[in-house]
Amino acid sequence: MIIVNNLSGGYEDKPIVKDVSFTVAKGKILGILGPNGSGKSTLLKVMSSILPATAGEVYIDGQEISTYNARVLAQKMAVLPQLHVNAFSNTVREAVALGRYPHQTGFFSSWSEQDEQAVQYAMEQTGVQRYEHTPMEFLSGGEQQRVFVAQALAQTAQILLLDEPTNHLDIAHQRQILDMVRKEALECGLTVVMVLHDINLAALYCDELLLMEQGQVRAFGAPHEVIVATQIEEVYQARVATYAHPEMPKPQMTMMPDLNAPQRAVVMMNHFNITEQYVQLQTKFPLKTVSSAVHNAGIGWYNCFLNRSVPLDYAIADVKMEVTAFLQRARFPLTSTVVMLTAVPTSLAVIKEFEAPFGNIFVAVTAGIGNAVDVSRTYERQDEPYIGTINIWVIINGCLSEEAFFQAMMTATEAKTKALQSENIRDERTGTIATSTATDSLLIAATQKGPEMLYGGPITDVGKVIGKGVFEATVEAIQRYKTRE
Amino acid sequence: MSKPLLAYVTTIALLLIGIWCGVAIGSVHIPLEVLWNKAADETAANILWKVRMPRVLLAGLVGASLAIAGAAFQGLLKNPLADPYTLGVSSGASVGAVMTIFFSLSMPFIGLYTLPVFSMLGAVITMVIVMGFARLIDRTLKMETLILTGIIFSSFLGSLISLMIALSGEELRQVVGWLLGSVSMRGWPFVKMILPFVVIGSIMLWIQRRELNVLLYGEERAKHLGVNVKRSKYIILAGGSMLTGAAVAVSGTIGFVGLVVPHMTRMLWGSDHRHLLPLSFLNGATLLIICDLVARTIIMPRELPIGVITAFIGAPVFAYIFYQQRKRKGVRT
Repeated sequence: MIIVNNLSGGYEDKPIVKDVSFTVAKGKILGILGPNGSGKSTLLKVMSSILPATAGEVYIDGQEISTYNARVLAQKMAVLPQLHVNAFSNTVREAVALGRYPHQTGFFSSWSEQDEQAVQYAMEQTGVQRYEHTPMEFLSGGEQQRVFVAQALAQTAQILLLDEPTNHLDIAHQRQILDMVRKEALECGLTVVMVLHDINLAALYCDELLLMEQGQVRAFGAPHEVIVATQIEEVYQARVATYAHPEMPKPQMTMMPDLNAPQRAVVMMNHFNITEQYVQLQTKFPLKTVSSAVHNAGIGWYNCFLNRSVPLDYAIADVKMEVTAFLQRARFPLTSTVVMLTAVPTSLAVIKEFEAPFGNIFVAVTAGIGNAVDVSRTYERQDEPYIGTINIWVIINGCLSEEAFFQAMMTATEAKTKALQSENIRDERTGTIATSTATDSLLIAATQKGPEMLYGGPITDVGKVIGKGVFEATVEAIQRYKTRE
Repeated sequence: MSKPLLAYVTTIALLLIGIWCGVAIGSVHIPLEVLWNKAADETAANILWKVRMPRVLLAGLVGASLAIAGAAFQGLLKNPLADPYTLGVSSGASVGAVMTIFFSLSMPFIGLYTLPVFSMLGAVITMVIVMGFARLIDRTLKMETLILTGIIFSSFLGSLISLMIALSGEELRQVVGWLLGSVSMRGWPFVKMILPFVVIGSIMLWIQRRELNVLLYGEERAKHLGVNVKRSKYIILAGGSMLTGAAVAVSGTIGFVGLVVPHMTRMLWGSDHRHLLPLSFLNGATLLIICDLVARTIIMPRELPIGVITAFIGAPVFAYIFYQQRKRKGVRT
């Protein structure tokens, strides 16, 4: 456990760190964030008494650190500064073994079993064992950095201060080092304070974050309390947006570059193309897309959209692999193409353009209603889904907020249901009005040009035209389906 | 055989061979058996014990002192070009020694040791001034800054010595002979004079062997690892200056030994100071014994000053190390 109380300090003439207080409990990891020159490294130096503290104190094990002698302090607290290799050649093992210095006392103290174990363990954990006998200067910057981490680890202190431990490391090694730090904290109760440049890494690996601004604490707390877009923007003077990590309950952020290229990006009717195999929309620019498609579902940016017609006996079990194989065969780029599947022939597809105050929208529908169901009664059924679906695309020449995208999905779904009702499509089993088919798919895509539309509900500008457009296009598609013979 | 053991065995064997050659070879060949059997050849025994042996031992002690001091200075300053000579410490010691001779100083109580004590004082003072001045110019004590500062002070101190020689009368011959750098005609008193300082200085450096290893990574890192940096620095500087002063006091300025020996030792056996210091000590002794042997036999019956031989070997090695260091830096950036 380490307690920092109202700590100030820095270089002789100018204090850099001002009135910093925080506590890190045993086994926890604190990340220190802040722009260049905000005093992160200086804070570590004052904490490890390399630089003098002008006010405040630091407690380790309930004792002020200035009362420890240097060697005892080094047994309790290991520090990893930003290092450079020296002019003389050490082997990796020799460098790591220096971490045992504070444990070796007396003129003749020999290398103990414990020393050897600590060195071996440190080399193992950092993955530098295989370079054991290599001179340091033959290693890359990243490998050297890992040796220095091993050196600090070999100190077997309960507190570890790290100044940018992931410097020069590629993501695999960043992960390796930080996973290891995390593991040491969890399993051995190591208390860690580390300066990190990468806000996302800090959010992922630290229990708590300390955001510094001009030598002072701007924010201190759990990652979600510190990584707040407005706060980061103010401290770093850079536009950012936050989002959730796909696996971990941790916030992440990304920069928003100021690239103002006013590119003309308008979707037009001639961008659509219908072949026997598929309905295709190909644009020169990616559209921001939210969909429940088969390939590339979810949120993303895509410029090729396929609604592919497959035979009724299509094997639905390994559909993802089959679609990938199809895309490769037909030479569509896997990463920028969204694919939906339908059993309806492409000749029955409806594509309509609707005018709106912000820009036109397009609605493309294929409707197979053979398996129409009443959603309120499907709990009675036990059959597997089949192909025979209503696929709807809504392509918008406009800019939608995140909320607007999801509201547009709802609006479009409601309009589809209304179309089924108006066409009096019934669930064959129950005889009630159907609300959808079993495997409907929906895609909303927008050019994201023009003023941002915050909402997409039924009475917004965009909602109105989606409601009208999806309803009309779906009705027409159902009618075509009915008269297909 | 483990690497350190092999290193010590080889090094000690070389030293013994060096000593044997040193005492055996010369205008009169001395058979080995005289060592344990004085009666075998009385004249040879006399030459051996009165002339050759003290000379060889003195050369060995001087070489050992300069080499271990060089190794320690290089580690402390993280600078492979540092050695008592390039840092100007040798010149400082010379000024102290020349002053002692010039003013015929003899301190009460220390008598015989007046010369080495003043020589050491000169060494310590010069070290402090050189380091202080270099730090004024550039806080990080870059290699070039330190060497240039050493050269500036060497020249200045050299002119002081020249001044004293110009002003001296009968002491002149003694001063000049001493200045040329030689271990000849010194005899046992000089061995006795230098021995205690060599022992104390070497022990001071040796107890700092682990600290020196850590200091290679910089003072800040050493502090992190629990080194009392200030104390270590003082002990190393004091020990190194004591050794330099003692060596200069008995033999004048002999350049480059402190540079060449640690460098070679490091190349052969690595830069772990736990072994580097003792191995440099032993190799320094061997090198200077051999150099002295060459100096007194190469143009027999005349003798060359030993400093000529060491500079002849040392300067090219210095150039080579400098080139290597610069090239390595160049590749990195």
